[in-house]
Amino acid sequence: MIPEIGLFALILGLAFSFVLASVPLLGSYKNHSGLMQLAKPAAIGQFLFLALSFACLIYAFTVDDFSVKYVASNSNTQLPMIFKVSATWGAHEGSLLLWALILTTWTLAVSLFSKPLPDSLNSRILSVLGMVSIGFILFILLTSNPFERLIEVPTEGRSLNPLLQDIGLAIHPPVLYMGYVGMAVAFAFAVAILLEGKFEMAWARWAKGWTIVAWAFLTIGIALGSWWAYYELGWGGWWFWDPVENASLLPWIVATALIHSLSITANRGSFQSWTLLLAILAFSLSLLGTFLVRSGVLTSVHAFTTDPSRGVFILIFLVIVVGSSLSLYASHAHKVTKRKPFNPVSKETLLLLNNVILMAMMATVLLGTLYPLILDALGLAKLSVGAPYFNSVMLPLTIPLALFMGLGFATYWREDNSKRLLQRLWLPAVSSLLIAFLIPLLILPEFSGLAVIGLLMSSWIAFSALHWLLKENSAGLVKPSFQKIGSVMAHIGFAVTLTGITITSIYSIEKDVRLEPGQSYQINQYRFEFVNVKQKQVDNYLASEGHIKVYEDGIPLTELHPEKRTYLSQAMPMTEAGIDAQLSRDLFVALGEKLDNQAWSVRLQYKPFVRWIWLGSILMALGGVITLLQRRKNSAVKNTIQSQAEKTA
Amino acid sequence: MSPVRKKRFYMVLLLVVGISIATFLIVQAFSQNMMFFFSTSEVKQGKAPKDREFRLGGLVVEGSVKRIPKTLTVQFELTDSITPVSVEYTGILPDLFREGQGIIAKGQLNASGVFVASEVLAKHDENYMPPEVADSLAKAAKINAENAKNAEKAGSTEAISESIKEKSE
Amino acid sequence: MKKQMIPLSLFAGLVIFLAIGLTLDPKEVPSPLIGKPAAKFSLERLYSETAFSPSELKGQPWILNIWASWCVSCRQEHKLLVNFSKQNSTTIVGLNYKDTPEEAKAWLKELGNPYQITVQDPKGRAGIDWGVYGVPETFIMDANGIIRHKFTGPLTKDRVKNQLLPLLKQLENERTAVQG
Repeated sequence: MIPEIGLFALILGLAFSFVLASVPLLGSYKNHSGLMQLAKPAAIGQFLFLALSFACLIYAFTVDDFSVKYVASNSNTQLPMIFKVSATWGAHEGSLLLWALILTTWTLAVSLFSKPLPDSLNSRILSVLGMVSIGFILFILLTSNPFERLIEVPTEGRSLNPLLQDIGLAIHPPVLYMGYVGMAVAFAFAVAILLEGKFEMAWARWAKGWTIVAWAFLTIGIALGSWWAYYELGWGGWWFWDPVENASLLPWIVATALIHSLSITANRGSFQSWTLLLAILAFSLSLLGTFLVRSGVLTSVHAFTTDPSRGVFILIFLVIVVGSSLSLYASHAHKVTKRKPFNPVSKETLLLLNNVILMAMMATVLLGTLYPLILDALGLAKLSVGAPYFNSVMLPLTIPLALFMGLGFATYWREDNSKRLLQRLWLPAVSSLLIAFLIPLLILPEFSGLAVIGLLMSSWIAFSALHWLLKENSAGLVKPSFQKIGSVMAHIGFAVTLTGITITSIYSIEKDVRLEPGQSYQINQYRFEFVNVKQKQVDNYLASEGHIKVYEDGIPLTELHPEKRTYLSQAMPMTEAGIDAQLSRDLFVALGEKLDNQAWSVRLQYKPFVRWIWLGSILMALGGVITLLQRRKNSAVKNTIQSQAEKTA
Repeated sequence: MSPVRKKRFYMVLLLVVGISIATFLIVQAFSQNMMFFFSTSEVKQGKAPKDREFRLGGLVVEGSVKRIPKTLTVQFELTDSITPVSVEYTGILPDLFREGQGIIAKGQLNASGVFVASEVLAKHDENYMPPEVADSLAKAAKINAENAKNAEKAGSTEAISESIKEKSE
Repeated sequence: MKKQMIPLSLFAGLVIFLAIGLTLDPKEVPSPLIGKPAAKFSLERLYSETAFSPSELKGQPWILNIWASWCVSCRQEHKLLVNFSKQNSTTIVGLNYKDTPEEAKAWLKELGNPYQITVQDPKGRAGIDWGVYGVPETFIMDANGIIRHKFTGPLTKDRVKNQLLPLLKQLENERTAVQG
């Protein structure tokens, strides 16, 4: 009964989406405020029914209702409760339902917090979001119904892939989806602006806030995925340029460009057309990501998780959403655009340049992901482009990106003077040069040109950001605003990530060795002593647990226990690494397999600064969120001023 | 040129130069890092490059996996069910490396025709077959089937005469 | 051309490629094995220690159903197969794919056994020769052992009524025509 309620709620949710997509839009054209005000109740209804539907699916999982095909295929009675819940979005159907739920959550939020916008624009935004929900809910109902019943009810469901029984992976998709789907707000905003025919600076500020929230979720989502791959896939890699990873990176890059472009539009009123294009692009790439991951184009033989009718549906959806918005852009964008002159030496120029670089990065990733697919489509060849391609293009593009980023902090809007700019810049320039040369010379194990470049980039960003914050502070008596603190923090976060990537890429040591009990292997100051491997049985798996003592300069440091697990429900083995984590380095041990004579093959890794990659991402996301506090504070200030004015009057 | 135009000109010039450099970099990196896929039959036919890395895919031949004692070197054979190719790899094999499993190896041919792998990939899903491997198997199956058909043609008269015999009985 | 048109035209190009990419999906492409003789294999039977190979069934049309106890959609089609075997005399061979004998037997006991012959392929080796991408899959062979049709994914009432039964009838006619 409950699954039927879930399905019914989904259909009712769809009905509300239809109302949301049409009535407020109509109202905006007829200038009928009653129709426009229907948007809010429609958004609330849509959200409530989707939430009910999702709750029904979770319930089916928690009570092991194997009469539901999706539950039977993705859960079993042995599963711990938390993984039963997370199994709800572990596969295709449920993750789409989660996606739709998140979309309606964003829609609800937009309907509640949109004071700065005129009613007509607000109604249009909500209607566009309603249209997107129609697409998603129809997709679920027509091709991927999670509530489908089985005629024969199995007594036991199929086990989840043990890889998925992990808390990191359980929270990864919802966070990532918050980011993906959040791009729909900026998209709806852009389409609504094109329909509205004008673009005011205050509106750009509104859109920037929403984009930052979505971007922060996306940042955390990507970092979580990378962290999960690092400790769970067992081999110490943190980024593989895998199509699924690329699918999340593409909207992130565009969203980063969009935030900066919105910032120009909000402060100076220029670049409107470019901003709108980026907003459309960011969401289009989220959809393209869905298309690539969900339709099975990239993993075309991945048996029955894929279904061509889904692919066809997504492609049609993609064509409608992206095609119509780009057509609208082509026909209407020139009406919206205003040109505002600016000097070549100005913040605008630098932001524009970095926007161009980010687009080049996006194109690089897109090309590397789609090119093999295109060649395959034309029947020309089967090939792949691996990590070296991405690395060798991204590195040279990051150098000017970092340079302009630092310069951007020191430069004024509209017009600046190159001589005065240099005066302002010498301090961060000199300090970052010092850091970039001294750290490799004094601290790092060996001098490397690439390390100098990487450190120069990140310290340049960090110092110029800090300099900008502090100088402003000392010159005036104004307290630094949240806007500034957040922005500086986000950029320092980027610098931290960049540092982590640089050092871990250059100085990591990875050794596959054969060790017999009692034997040791030395990496830098660390000695890894292989004690033994013991068998043990835990709940639903058998494990070979290794015991490795680690000494630093001869002094016992820690003991690591990497495991090789074999899950009872599945034949495949799993590697659980033993990791000793510190801010400045990770020691990483994974068991390979048993060889002759009690010996095992063991992978030993020394990964300096690898934590900084994820730490930086957290700083970026936090910084983004802190900039949002600003707007509230501003309006609060305004309010108090107003109320004081009223009082005095 | 007026100063404004001049500035604009420089900006456009800068952009054009930047974009050209970026395009050059991308194309360059692309052509250097394209990694083609070859089936084992294609390798035996000499279609695979001798001087650069490529990807080789196939099934791990049952009973072919051998370890060199006291080292981490493993030797095994990959096949598309027609022609096997010897592969050598030093290091830790992925969890799902098993006999009979479809895998992809990245590496280069050495002088004696052995494929020296620098990386062995097997996906984290026991029912998963890398698309390239499935494709090469399908091709090989087609060839096998054609051979079988030809062989059958040779013996078809026998089959017919047999069925006639059955009928007369 | 207006410069605002550029993104739209780039996107149009991309869509064309994606559409072509979709048509490459394995389910859309007919199996290269259709019209070819059935791949040879010799596998151990589930209920006896003797081997079975397809050549034993020469002279009659037969059905090969590939299934596994861990496969949920197999469960769905199984009832259909059981009914089918009660109403039709065509031989159905079940190929138990990447499974254990214990679980396979338990499954057949629970749901009924539609197979005249059940063979085991624990490592999926024979499945590969048949170009199996996943389970369930069903192949139809004619009296000469040529593969005439392949069903990817579970059989449905609709597929049985509109595709399988007419095909079997046709194969039966062909056989009697040759013999007559």
